[in-house]
Amino acid sequence: MTAHFIGDTGTLLGRSLRHVSRSLDTIVTTAIMPIAFMLLFVYVFGGAIDTGSDSYVAYLLPGILIMTIASGVTYTAYRLFLDLRSGILERFQSMPIARSAVLWAHVLTSLVANLISLVVVVGVALVMGFRSGAGVLAWLAVLGSLLLFTLALTWLAVIPGLTAKSVDGASAFAYPLILLPFVSSAFVPTGTMPGPVRAFAEHQPVTSIVNTIRDLFMQQPVGNDIWIALAWCVGTLVVAYVVATGAYRRKIS
Amino acid sequence: MVATAIEVHGLEKSYRDLHVLRGVDFDVARGSIFALLGSNGAGKTTVIRILSTLLKTDAGTATVNGFDVATHAPDVRESISLTGQFAAVDEILTGRENLVLVARLRHLKDTGRIADELLERFALTDAGGRRVSNYSGGMRRRLDIAMSLIGSPPVIFLDEPTTGLDPEARIEVWRAIRELAAGGTTVLLTTQYLDEAEHLADRIAILHEGRIIVNGTLAELKKLLPPAKVEYVEKQPTLEDVFFAIVGGGK
Ligand SMILES: Nc1ncnc2c1ncn2[C@@H]1O[C@H](COP(=O)(O)OP(=O)(O)O)[C@@H](O)[C@H]1O
Ligand SMILES: [Mg+2]
Repeated sequence: MTAHFIGDTGTLLGRSLRHVSRSLDTIVTTAIMPIAFMLLFVYVFGGAIDTGSDSYVAYLLPGILIMTIASGVTYTAYRLFLDLRSGILERFQSMPIARSAVLWAHVLTSLVANLISLVVVVGVALVMGFRSGAGVLAWLAVLGSLLLFTLALTWLAVIPGLTAKSVDGASAFAYPLILLPFVSSAFVPTGTMPGPVRAFAEHQPVTSIVNTIRDLFMQQPVGNDIWIALAWCVGTLVVAYVVATGAYRRKIS
Repeated sequence: MVATAIEVHGLEKSYRDLHVLRGVDFDVARGSIFALLGSNGAGKTTVIRILSTLLKTDAGTATVNGFDVATHAPDVRESISLTGQFAAVDEILTGRENLVLVARLRHLKDTGRIADELLERFALTDAGGRRVSNYSGGMRRRLDIAMSLIGSPPVIFLDEPTTGLDPEARIEVWRAIRELAAGGTTVLLTTQYLDEAEHLADRIAILHEGRIIVNGTLAELKKLLPPAKVEYVEKQPTLEDVFFAIVGGGK
């Protein structure tokens, strides 16, 4: 059975990538809201926000990318939910395939789809004047962080995808995630926030990830933030993976 | 090869307080068509889900193609194909892509040719390149059954294969099922339609209140009616008469 894991995952990945390519609007929808926020913050609020950096687009972009991922992973929950409801997942499970291939195919699809959305958002940012002198290594580090974050959130999205009772329920989990960047260092420096809010903002995962990516873009030393960000991502990933695969086993046995 | 394709002994299953199966026993001979008959909610789908390794039993044993469903689930999955109660097809893919997908997942070669042959056989060649979301109910069901035939598994489960089909599509599905059995495949089908069991099945079992209350050939089942009744009816009793006489439902 497990001898087929790679082949089966590849076959099912091909299937869900077809779903993505046949509903490109999902990628556009994923990118539109973060782009709208980017426009709003840069051209409307941006003048009033003092971040102490030369370019507000560059300051803002990491948080916008996080938002893009948070809204992108909802489609994983959505697709998984539909597979479950349409009965096709049962069909797969009654076939001689590697059983975990079904989940991995959805997770890999999420990585590909989110990567495309991220490229679109970065493209818009470039048009809006975003420039970075970051070298290849720094860009790779940015890419790695974003993919790790996507992976963690995707496994998180698998949980409602498997357990939700309705389509709305399957994607509702993401709203807090999409809003999390607002109470972080993503749009304004946390120093301007009142005490308790500031304490929350400085200790929630988005801030450390945003700070890390921002430092990489601005060619600053990343400091401790990268380790905190890694710990958050890996921690979330492990917990979400365990819960998701547990939910999957309950669902299919 | 064992002579019985499916053996079920003392199967029990509850969903919380609902005791759906209370000791189900039956055997299905290799190459035969076996109809599991029961009203809505009798537990037919539950039996099928257990036999296709999608659900665990609370008690009892079941073997399919000689493999225990609890301990040899992967071997069971190699031996079976499931057509669930609701057509399980990928709406976004085309009919042909659905077939190729299943052929790949069954690790077959020449998946394109397999797909084309099945499209032809189920009169879907013209529709093969269209997305399934545009298919009618009958076309979807035909595709669904075609997907189940890929890889020619020795045992096929069909859960209410004709529910919701128009009469023409129904006849077509019946024809496909007969062909399967003629080719040596064991078919276990569930149905609420008495005439479907009557027309197709070599043996019929009636699942009622968690147990198999009757199991036999159509001729055997007909003998269960009191002879007095036979004297007064002009036609042979239909399976419907037998069904209601046994389960006590009103006509
Ligand atoms: N997952 C489930 N949880 C709770 N009850 C269920 C579940 N699946 C089926 N049932 C109940 O078990 C009974 C038998 O269902 P089922 O096997 O689908 O019957 P049939 O296929 O004969 O119509 C029904 O009353 C149904 O509501
Ligand atoms: Mg049913």
